[in-house]
Amino acid sequence: MTEIAVGPTGKLMRRDVVKALLENRDGMLAIGGLGAPAWDITAAGDSPLNLPLWGGMGGAAVMGLGLALAQPERKVCVITGDGEMLMGVGSLATVAVQRPRNLSIVVLDNEHYGETGMQETHTKHGVDLVMMAKGAGIADSRLVRTAEELLKLRADIHAGNGPLFAQVKIDEGTQPLVLPPREASILQARMREAIMGPEAHLQ
Amino acid sequence: MQREQLESAPTAAEAWPDQIYDLLKQHGVRQVGLVPDAGHARLIKRCLADNDMKVVSLTTEEEGVALAFGAWLGGEKSVLLMQSSGVGNIINMLSVAIAHRTPCPIIVTMRGDFGEFNPFQVPMGNATQACLEAMGTLVKRADRPEDVAETVNATLRLAFNTYRPTATLLGQRLLGAKTFGK
Repeated sequence: MTEIAVGPTGKLMRRDVVKALLENRDGMLAIGGLGAPAWDITAAGDSPLNLPLWGGMGGAAVMGLGLALAQPERKVCVITGDGEMLMGVGSLATVAVQRPRNLSIVVLDNEHYGETGMQETHTKHGVDLVMMAKGAGIADSRLVRTAEELLKLRADIHAGNGPLFAQVKIDEGTQPLVLPPREASILQARMREAIMGPEAHLQ
Repeated sequence: MQREQLESAPTAAEAWPDQIYDLLKQHGVRQVGLVPDAGHARLIKRCLADNDMKVVSLTTEEEGVALAFGAWLGGEKSVLLMQSSGVGNIINMLSVAIAHRTPCPIIVTMRGDFGEFNPFQVPMGNATQACLEAMGTLVKRADRPEDVAETVNATLRLAFNTYRPTATLLGQRLLGAKTFGK
């Protein structure tokens, strides 16, 4: 199992967090939100089971919902950032009303817009995404600060008792770029093929 | 002012809402994302009553483009229902369907289009088609009841056969016929 280090701020290191969530994933599908979370899921090991996003800011959670509804037998994990989640925060209500048991939404919260010059997001100023998710109706919404809490989160994600929301406080340091393919039609087609086999291309 | 004049909807005698439902079934649509409109009310009821369709009520229309992408990733066809004001909310998210080549058919009931009384509906209604087309969406329009089914069918076929966002605009003339001019 991956060792989950903490950074200079005493918070969890994002790459370790994502690697731990996706290790021995048993076919779990992952959507990586625009920006660093897309690089994080790629650094954990690029795979057809990964859909790293190059755009669509604010849409990651509902993309996960559409996928989870279409594939109820598969776990779906949306891994995104605090800025991306804040842009589409109403989608937490949309997800909660559908109650997808197989969907988890994990927000890697570094309290900054990391790709645009590290401007502070609202979470830096006390905005509580866990409360917002709970208020939306996602009963299992939790804050994760420690390696122990992260391992519990991992176990619960894999147990499939969703919908589940987690806000993981992470070190704000930027990590080396690990870029996924940028041709998005390939990203879509490879995941569809991983799920449905070659017939995916004849649908 | 009568309520029907505030929110125009087709009369019970109009067949086209049921024809759209039948087309969604023929094309195997399994997920229906929507922000409601009075013009779509009967179609929404039909979809809600169908156990093979997952109806997802959205907080904003842009979630619907994201939903369509997620559904297609998982092998399900979807459709997005909204009124023309909602088109303004989906513009950037259309890039997701364009870049990934995702089928994303949209059925839009028009406001600010023909006999509108609400000034706030006019700017977006007037710009709906231009905005969609500027974002690479193929747009067809129906203004007569007898044109609705084949126009919606064309929109669904273009989306599912050629992998892109497409839209049918249902003209306000279709929706407001009952009380128009009173």
